[in-house]
Amino acid sequence: MGNYLFEPVHDDFRKTVREFVEAEIIPNVDAWEEAEEFPIELFKRMGELGFLGMQYPEEYGGDDDILAEAVLHEELARCGSAGTAAGIGAHIAIAMPQIKYFGTPEQKERYLVSGIKGESVGALGITEPNTGSDVAAIQTYAVADGDGWIINGSKTFITNGARADWVVLAVKTDKEKGHAGITQFLVDTNTAGFEMTRRIHKLGWRASDTAELAFTDMRVPGDAVLGTVNQGFLQIMRNFAWERLTMSLGAVSGAQFAFDAALAYAKERVAFGKPIFRFQAISHMLADMATEIEAGRNLTYYALKLYKEGGQPFREVAMAKLFTCDMCVRVTDRALQIFGGYGYTEEYPIARALRDARLGPIGGGTSEIMKDIIAKTYA
Amino acid sequence: MDMVVCVKRVPDTAESEVHIDSSGRDIDKGRLSFGINEADNYAVEEAIQIKERDGGTVTVISLGGKESDEQIRMALAKGGDEAVRLEDPAFAGSDGLAIAKALAAAVKDLKYDIIFTGALADDDAFGAVGVAMAELLGVNHAAYVKKVEIAGDKIKVGRELEGGLLEFVEMDLPAVLTIQTGINEPRYASFKGIKLAAKKEIELKSAADLGLDASEIGEAGAWAKLEKFTPPVVGEMAEILEGEPEETASRLAGILKEKGLV
Ligand SMILES: Cc1cc2nc3c(=O)[nH]c(=O)nc-3n(C[C@H](O)[C@H](O)[C@H](O)COP(=O)(O)OP(=O)(O)OC[C@H]3O[C@@H](n4cnc5c(N)ncnc54)[C@H](O)[C@@H]3O)c2cc1C
Repeated sequence: MGNYLFEPVHDDFRKTVREFVEAEIIPNVDAWEEAEEFPIELFKRMGELGFLGMQYPEEYGGDDDILAEAVLHEELARCGSAGTAAGIGAHIAIAMPQIKYFGTPEQKERYLVSGIKGESVGALGITEPNTGSDVAAIQTYAVADGDGWIINGSKTFITNGARADWVVLAVKTDKEKGHAGITQFLVDTNTAGFEMTRRIHKLGWRASDTAELAFTDMRVPGDAVLGTVNQGFLQIMRNFAWERLTMSLGAVSGAQFAFDAALAYAKERVAFGKPIFRFQAISHMLADMATEIEAGRNLTYYALKLYKEGGQPFREVAMAKLFTCDMCVRVTDRALQIFGGYGYTEEYPIARALRDARLGPIGGGTSEIMKDIIAKTYA
Repeated sequence: MDMVVCVKRVPDTAESEVHIDSSGRDIDKGRLSFGINEADNYAVEEAIQIKERDGGTVTVISLGGKESDEQIRMALAKGGDEAVRLEDPAFAGSDGLAIAKALAAAVKDLKYDIIFTGALADDDAFGAVGVAMAELLGVNHAAYVKKVEIAGDKIKVGRELEGGLLEFVEMDLPAVLTIQTGINEPRYASFKGIKLAAKKEIELKSAADLGLDASEIGEAGAWAKLEKFTPPVVGEMAEILEGEPEETASRLAGILKEKGLV
């Protein structure tokens, strides 16, 4: 599958990751979902195995190979707990890239090296209670104070927020300006004035901790600025394509997971004297699902190819995110239908798959926002 | 310690439906996924752990088609140094002995202290290759090995007996050890290892390269010949209980008691 894009080393790496996921993640996901978090040691374990540094420069302990990270996201998403994949993903594909692109050598030495080893865990904080899609409207505010800054405000829906060691925050440094008044700060979560105010219970993504954060007169040093003052919005945009691609890769794998389960079930479950697969209503449902999955996979691989070649293919990435995340909801919903009443129970993996899929069209930019981005490229 | 590990690519049949193919002499492998034979995976790990501890080299050998390169590369990625693959149409129809002849021919010119194989192949389950190879090479062997301790030019190995007991044997090197699953914890290949392995050459050898005559190998050189696969038939002695689980369970319990089996 997709061999036009991946090289033999990636196929071999896929085997390794799959072995790991099957041995060390899948047997535990039920317990982790129940506990509403996977063990923090998973970062350490994956760091030891070299799984967290795929896209990062070799000098910081990485492998400098974006396709290998793509493989990792695809395989993680097959674990049957999107929340587990999301916690790892928020660290390696959402939080750390900001440091890779905009960090000073000191910031990279401190946060990338430990992050790649899984010894520190990161999060990215953009969304606020009063604003999500409209990033320019954030209200968390920093004022210069001598050689540092004082930050006040709050963030919500922050993946890894309850357990992160550091957070990259989007903060207004110029209230008069919209996009052009945002700065990114790299903040240790043990800084005085930083508080994790609550964990949010969710429909899906249960194994991932999602938190609300508050900052009260939180003083950070001048070198907590990540990148350039008032360039934060452009900096955030720099990694949007990758974040969205990882969501597309995860959506395709998640849909494939539901399809595989539904296909196996349809061949086993007997009604009116034959396997339900033999009813055309069911087999055509599966045919539609398989076709949509392949379409999504190929659109995603195409966007990934453009991205890998060094572009910022906003249109294609937005198309892939829009199509695959909506598709994953449709496919898991049909898979649940094929499972009948059993699909609605927690005894089969489909109920969770559908709950998990539902986040796709919301997180990382909603489907509506994706359509806006696509439309703008034609304006 | 110079070591050779023999690995085999096998279909994963644990969780798949298995059908006999049209030749009647093989199973339909079209939809099966393949991997390294489970016991061989432990053999690779054992060799690499010994190399890491005591130094030395690990050479990986596989008899099989081009697809077997995948299993060889994974063993290289985990720490193997060199690799040889034996491929020849003349190997077709080999039994455990014929395979052992080919492998023995391939290792006899190498410098080796220990040759590792898996104790049993997941597909044909002969459990004969390692032992036959030792015989052909005229060296010591131990089968179903679950513990290896090295002391100079001797080794002490623990062989698995029934009920999980270990029998310890001491022997001179060189030796062939057939490794039982569970002896260690096989590692995952790292991406860095995978990239290194991709750059290594896998030496290809035919029967002629090994100095083997067609009459010695493959079907011609085999003592056992596979005639045909048949699904097990329900014998006359078998009684199949049908009905609801509670009902069949209590009938089964009754039969076991009646025959004095419990
Ligand atoms: C489980 C989970 C994890 C998350 N993790 C993180 C994280 O780690 N870090 C982080 O910063 N954020 C995170 N988020 C937040 C996520 O990115 C936002 O929820 C998302 O961007 C949408 O913002 P909102 O929820 O405020 O919705 P709103 O922006 O209020 O949107 C509400 C609705 O209005 C629509 N809408 C808004 N604007 C327009 C428009 N211009 N045109 C048409 N329709 C529009 C939206 O599409 C949506 O349907 C997470 C969210 C969840 C649920």
